[in-house]
Amino acid sequence: MPLRPLQQQEAMLKILKYSFYDLIRSRWSYVYFLFYLALGFVLLFLNNDVSKAVITLMNVIIVLIPLIGTIFGVMYYYNSREFTELLLAQPIKRTSIFMGQYFGVAGSLTLSLVLGLGIPFLLYGLMRSNAIFDFSLLLVTGAFLTFIFVGLSFVIAISNENKIKGFGYAVLLWLFLAVVYDGLFLMSLIMFEEYPLDTFSLVATSLNPIDLSRILILLKLDISALLGYTGAIFKKFFGTDMGFLVSMAILLAWTVLPILGLRYKARRKDF
Amino acid sequence: MTIEINNLHKQFGKNQVLKGVDLTIDQGQIYAILGPNGSGKTTLIKSILGMVIPDEGLISVLDTPIKKNWKYRKKIDYLPQIANFPPNIKVKELIHMIKDLRNSPSCEDELIALFGLEPFLNKKLSTLSGGTKQKVNIVLTFMFDTPLIILDEPTTGLDPKALISLKDLIRKEKAKGKTILITSHIMQIVEEMADEILYLLEGEIYFKGSIKELLKRTEQTNFEHAIAAITTTGSHA
Repeated sequence: MPLRPLQQQEAMLKILKYSFYDLIRSRWSYVYFLFYLALGFVLLFLNNDVSKAVITLMNVIIVLIPLIGTIFGVMYYYNSREFTELLLAQPIKRTSIFMGQYFGVAGSLTLSLVLGLGIPFLLYGLMRSNAIFDFSLLLVTGAFLTFIFVGLSFVIAISNENKIKGFGYAVLLWLFLAVVYDGLFLMSLIMFEEYPLDTFSLVATSLNPIDLSRILILLKLDISALLGYTGAIFKKFFGTDMGFLVSMAILLAWTVLPILGLRYKARRKDF
Repeated sequence: MTIEINNLHKQFGKNQVLKGVDLTIDQGQIYAILGPNGSGKTTLIKSILGMVIPDEGLISVLDTPIKKNWKYRKKIDYLPQIANFPPNIKVKELIHMIKDLRNSPSCEDELIALFGLEPFLNKKLSTLSGGTKQKVNIVLTFMFDTPLIILDEPTTGLDPKALISLKDLIRKEKAKGKTILITSHIMQIVEEMADEILYLLEGEIYFKGSIKELLKRTEQTNFEHAIAAITTTGSHA
């Protein structure tokens, strides 16, 4: 009996390994990696101001990571459908198959990000100033966002047999969280400006992983003064250790929820 | 009894595919699962494999109920209908990978030689032709020693030489006492290989018996015509 969980884990790790290798050998992983490498070098070394470089980097990756995570996740799921069927006929637990694939995709994307940005970070830190290492938060939130959006896209893909529909929903979700959400948020701030909105802003920001990541990085930059009164509130909450822990907990919840959803769907689906 | 199915129901949306299938499959025989398109052949096979989860009914494979179980699949080799593999890996790696996942002894070298796959071992799967992919698929299925083999359209894309090899292979496995389920649209293969015919119609087993019995019931002399005539003359098995 004690052998059972071990066997399952082993199968999951094997599938993870194969998905991971399959992806890191694809051209797109290199393109993704080289893009971050180039972006990191150009912004850090051609810019004298670390803060400015980090803000630009943040603005790019906070929108791009979720988009790439979503598209890679959906594409990988649909492209490996027949192969998944082959795996389903093997003596492997269903959840092990999908968990393995999920961690393979999210892991390889995270590797591209961490290496692509990490190398310029490291070189900059060694050569100019190690203040850059304060922004390893950029890599941490980037990794979180990758896992979150790959997870969400897997849930969408497993729930939709139709490729076009699945793709559409996934992109809509990205569009909503990356763009529309902010618009709605701002509009509601303007519409209800008469009322005290501190708590509302805090909650609304925390509920969207993209906004939450952005605020966390901005606060690290210590430019919250630029954000005015709201900035001060954010600083008061997120700036404390408690606030930081709460934000990390929320990001973790955002990561875990799609994984649970994926396991739930995987157990019930017909292939 | 290799497989026992009781009152199996499955519905996809509004489409009721299996309407109470009762079936027993005995050891050491070759069964051909036939039926018109959409009669539920693949759904039946996938239910046995645990890929489709039944709405109602019980399935036991080798005396083990399969619900919420996955270990019984160690006893089954399955050849899926469409062989579509990860494009970026090589044939050798795929074979290695399935071996690694199943963790049981295998005899792939013999099969690779039988189907002449040596020149393709270091090629990526995306570069292979349909027939070659099917040969790889066959190697993956037959390289393990399991008491039950399920083949969904095994002849797709095969050249005549490979077809003969496949038939020999199936006969050899049968001689070892294995149970084999085949679906095929090529009646000649069925006539040549099958001991028992299972004819599915509208989600039920419409006929179960040997080719001889089928010919007698339909009053035909030709197997292909008997299959065509089965729904007009046959009564429930």
